[in-house]
Amino acid sequence: MRIAVLVKEVPATDKVKMDEKTGTMIRSGMESELNPLDMYAVEEAVRIKEKFENVHVVAISMGPPQAVNSLKEAISMGCDDGYLMSDKNFAGSDTLATAYALSAAIQKLGNFDLIFTGERATDGETGQVGPSVATQLGIPVVTYVSKIEKISDEFVRVCRSIEGGKETVEVELPALLSVVKEINEPRIPNLAGKIASKSKKVPLLTANDIEVILDKVGLSGSPTRVVKVFYPKLSRDGKIIKVRDLESAVNELVEFMKQKGVI
Amino acid sequence: MLKNEYRGVWTIGEVRNGEISSVSYELLAWGKKLAEKLKVELSSVILGSDIQGELNELFHFGADVVYVVDDENLEHFLPDVHSRIYEALVKEYKPEIIIASATTYGRTIMPMLAAKLGTGLTADCTKLDVDVKERILLQTRPAIGGNVMATIKTPNHRPQMATVRPHAQKALVKDEKKDGKIILKNYPSEFYKSKYRWVSFERDKSVDSPIQESDVVISGGKGLKDGKNFKMLYDLAKKLNGAVGASRAAVDMGWIPYSHQVGLSGKTLSPRFYMAVGISGAVQHIAGMSSSEVIVAINKDPDAAIFKVADFGIVGDALEILPVLIKKLSDEVNEND
Ligand SMILES: Cc1cc2nc3c(=O)[nH]c(=O)nc-3n(C[C@H](O)[C@H](O)[C@H](O)COP(=O)(O)OP(=O)(O)OC[C@H]3O[C@@H](n4cnc5c(N)ncnc54)[C@H](O)[C@@H]3O)c2cc1C
Ligand SMILES: Nc1ncnc2c1ncn2[C@@H]1O[C@H](COP(=O)(O)O)[C@@H](O)[C@H]1O
Repeated sequence: MRIAVLVKEVPATDKVKMDEKTGTMIRSGMESELNPLDMYAVEEAVRIKEKFENVHVVAISMGPPQAVNSLKEAISMGCDDGYLMSDKNFAGSDTLATAYALSAAIQKLGNFDLIFTGERATDGETGQVGPSVATQLGIPVVTYVSKIEKISDEFVRVCRSIEGGKETVEVELPALLSVVKEINEPRIPNLAGKIASKSKKVPLLTANDIEVILDKVGLSGSPTRVVKVFYPKLSRDGKIIKVRDLESAVNELVEFMKQKGVI
Repeated sequence: MLKNEYRGVWTIGEVRNGEISSVSYELLAWGKKLAEKLKVELSSVILGSDIQGELNELFHFGADVVYVVDDENLEHFLPDVHSRIYEALVKEYKPEIIIASATTYGRTIMPMLAAKLGTGLTADCTKLDVDVKERILLQTRPAIGGNVMATIKTPNHRPQMATVRPHAQKALVKDEKKDGKIILKNYPSEFYKSKYRWVSFERDKSVDSPIQESDVVISGGKGLKDGKNFKMLYDLAKKLNGAVGASRAAVDMGWIPYSHQVGLSGKTLSPRFYMAVGISGAVQHIAGMSSSEVIVAINKDPDAAIFKVADFGIVGDALEILPVLIKKLSDEVNEND
């Protein structure tokens, strides 16, 4: 069985800057990390490898050269190989173009039975790439997967965490699963894993290598355009009171809630 | 692509357990403004099996046209079947804008549909507007944990697609006199071939009302000190017809299941009222709730970051405040009866 895991390198959550003019994120000189939500995808793939024989897990990422670090991290967690798709032609890709490029790489590397993604990346936060990759590959996608119940050669049975409860569905393979945090507890790479990842070569894939149509990647392949970027004022300058006497503090809160139509 | 062939605003309705769900009506409120500005029809698209309830309600809440596909094979969400039908509908009727709710359904079906149509899709918008002259949808959404807002457009492709935050907008005032046109569509059996098999649905017993579906969310954090104290939040939520949320710290302590977690690695919400009790207000938590309409915080630390985003805050001990608040609300409700 061959499994692909799509992982993205994202800016570390609390230090993100945008270039107001171009509307793109300033990535240089900033700390990056493996998208925290993708660790659950990596972990799930590696658990399948540990449970069954002859499972090969490949991590794939599209991003700048430094994203090799995230692939190394995925390898240190137990992935067998990592591939980095890096090419200036990919720059500026929106979710459709990103998913197109990823699906081309998946086809090139070939014959995957299962593809895992995270629920969403913590920078773009769209969660669109997984379903788009699957659709562009012509395979089914199951989103919000919180448990894998059964895997056979032909299908997989999974639980989805959706509004109000858990839905169980079966789907034919090959399929793409986007997983939620509930699914597992990602491991911390051990020493052996770290050593393995150090010596592992992470091949680079260019647009040419994966045989994409250049008009379908990067900015030219992206139907969406960022018009404007701004920083919202998060602080609200609300009224903050200290409790002197409980009754009157609570009364004041209740009055506020009435005024806002909550009660 | 002949952009001008595309006209009209569509909203993707949702059917759950045979019933049209509330997000379908909210979407019409989003769509109405756009349709009025563009001077086009506003439509609702409904896929389901043996759809109960009044399709007319959709007219009362703003729809001019309702497209209905009612087939026993649509009882459950089979993504390949649903996306195939939407694709056929879009190709036949050519709407210029399609909006769906950023529910698990909308967030699954919309990227599939956008990929099939080769068009742009903007996720989880908190504001939509249109450039009337160019007939371009201006989609504003938060990213990177609410730290940045971006306005995005799809200039050259049609339809223009967006998902919007559930509950960020109220349904329009009901107009019982408003009427509209129902277009009933049937598709041949090959449309219903699926690679999925639906097995079961198990309701989450710990939640009366899922946080993504509530106008009111009362969340607790580590400051509640003990899982038992969440009982007070449930009492409070019940009085306000709301749901209970939590910080990651509370979830990690095992006080409440992950499905209640609000924030960067949990749910992102825009309810009309959000109360944070014993939550410090870490950036990752604020990422999930800063776009709530009204925010109240209770925390004993006057310097807690959560107070920065609060419209009203009480510096004090939540374990003392909650019982008094609950009692007070019970009295209020009795008075009103
Ligand atoms: C990648 C990543 C993703 C994350 N995702 C999320 C996420 O999705 N959601 C999330 O919430 N967090 C998330 N976090 C964690 C986040 O950084 C914080 O650790 C977490 O939000 C803290 O939860 P808390 O406010 O309940 O706990 P604490 O930070 O411990 O705060 C408890 C608060 O309660 C107050 N308090 C204590 N006793 C009382 C009392 N008796 N009465 C009133 N107030 C009291 C204290 O003053 C304090 O402010 C994430 C972190 C990372 C690194
Ligand atoms: N550039 C990328 N390279 C590899 N995987 C990606 C990339 N972008 C997104 N993904 C995958 O798609 C998921 C959803 O991302 P997004 O749609 O950007 O929120 C992520 O959790 C990743 O698994």
